[in-house]
Amino acid sequence: MAIRKRFSPLPGFGLSLGYTIFYLALIVLIPLSAVGAKTIGMGWEAFWAAVSNPRVVASYELSFGASLLAAAVNVVFGLIFAWVLVRYRFPGKGLVDALVDLPFALPTAVAGIALATIYAENGPIGSLLKPYGIEVAYNPNGVLLALIFIGLPFVVRTVQPVLADLEKEVEEAAAGLGASRWQTFVKVILPHVLPALLTGFAMAFARAVGEYGSVIFIAGNVPMVSEITPLMIITKLEQYDYAGATAVASVMLIFSFILLLIINGLQGWMQNRYSKGA
Amino acid sequence: MSATIALQHGSLERYETPSTREPQWIKVLLIGIALTFFTVFLLFPLVAVFVEAFRKGWGTYLAALSSHDALAAIRLTLLTAAIAVPLNLFFGISAAWAIAKFEFPGKRLLITLIDLPFSVSPVISGLIYVLLFGAQGWFGEWFAAHDIKILFAVPGIVLATIFVTFPFVARELIPLMEAQGSEEEEAAVVLGASGWQVFWHTTLPNIKWGLLYGVILCNARAMGEFGAVSVVSGHIRGMTNTMPLHVEILYNEYNYAAAFAVASLLALLAIVTLGLKTLVERQSHKQKTESLALENAS
Repeated sequence: MAIRKRFSPLPGFGLSLGYTIFYLALIVLIPLSAVGAKTIGMGWEAFWAAVSNPRVVASYELSFGASLLAAAVNVVFGLIFAWVLVRYRFPGKGLVDALVDLPFALPTAVAGIALATIYAENGPIGSLLKPYGIEVAYNPNGVLLALIFIGLPFVVRTVQPVLADLEKEVEEAAAGLGASRWQTFVKVILPHVLPALLTGFAMAFARAVGEYGSVIFIAGNVPMVSEITPLMIITKLEQYDYAGATAVASVMLIFSFILLLIINGLQGWMQNRYSKGA
Repeated sequence: MSATIALQHGSLERYETPSTREPQWIKVLLIGIALTFFTVFLLFPLVAVFVEAFRKGWGTYLAALSSHDALAAIRLTLLTAAIAVPLNLFFGISAAWAIAKFEFPGKRLLITLIDLPFSVSPVISGLIYVLLFGAQGWFGEWFAAHDIKILFAVPGIVLATIFVTFPFVARELIPLMEAQGSEEEEAAVVLGASGWQVFWHTTLPNIKWGLLYGVILCNARAMGEFGAVSVVSGHIRGMTNTMPLHVEILYNEYNYAAAFAVASLLALLAIVTLGLKTLVERQSHKQKTESLALENAS
């Protein structure tokens, strides 16, 4: 197989690969390497001062904390969504299935102003919550809310096909052997969808950490309280502190690359797992 | 990491038999939870955009859309997408051809690198072009000396948009073309077809739905990108504001009706995108079932 492909009679290998690498270098690799070069050029002390500034550290805590929490919420509700969409019939199902991807399709700025308007204390949902002392908009709760919105489709769309592929016979066998429905879920179904759930979690988390547009309108952006890390980069840029902005960006980039490796590993695990079963 | 959902070919439904059924109350509860979450988190924001847009009536709505700055923003958004999408489409086809049809070392690494822009925060996607073309940037002086403006001008906006939408088409086509193999193309070459004929008559019909799917998602992101464009735009009204940036400015000026009027166009774009996406998924599913049926028949 490999040999046959190596001597492929198809034309265009050099041209297509050459153009691919050229365009990749021009658009992605060279620009991204500017962050590395600028960071190395600024020296350790300036770098450390920028990335360990208390206001920046507070933003890491919010960004990473809220992103983890949002991804965890998405795992629970994403699994319920996927389950309901794969297994049940109910009115409005087609609409639900199509709109699950809304957070991918709706521009983040639009999502941001819509969420801020709804959950503000005079908005339709915010005004309902206010008597109970729950304030969502313009504080860290708003950040969490926007990140839950943005991450939901990642979990639903990775779990849904895996759940649909699970052979009916496996569950029937478990039931036949005397397992209760709950035991079948915990011991058969959950282990089967676990790689997909973890992949969805990691993707939602990675997206949430870098998210900007949907968050800033509802966050309130109070220093030390509700500023996310991407906003810190913008703030530094607006003060013409390019070195500081780059230092914070390089911290985020390193984190993103580690997550990317983890996600690639998880996807490899998923592929092995699910292609064997088929 | 893929930030897009891959085009699904199989059926995504699987209904229960008696031995694998949950109690009725659990079923109702789960559907109830999903529908509540759906209403509060997805439906409400979408509806709110249109409600707010029309709160002050059609007159205000139309006035907001036909203002000079709004029209300029719409033009810039269309122009940006018209440049970014074809470039990334061409790249996607080229990358998928090289990766799916040939074996070479470093292939997995190349795929990971193509995915990179998806895992970079939009803000950083903008920042990198500031570092390159800013006053103290690598190429900043050279472009300034030649009186070419990249940053805080249209070229910077286009570049940042190309960056954030870079993987969409490639990401869609690579797995699709890998799964299809290259037997058909090889047969065509043996029968004397030229490279271009092979692509046009053999490959393209097989990948057309995946291609369209990638283009639709790429276009939606290109028109809706906010963070990256915000960093490089400079926010000059009527000049370097795209539609999402115009929405931000109006909103921050407490001009909510106008902000939501422009936002409603973007929400409409999202709805059209989701509609087309569903349609393409259905067509692709049909094509797949038909070709399977043909294989089984022969």
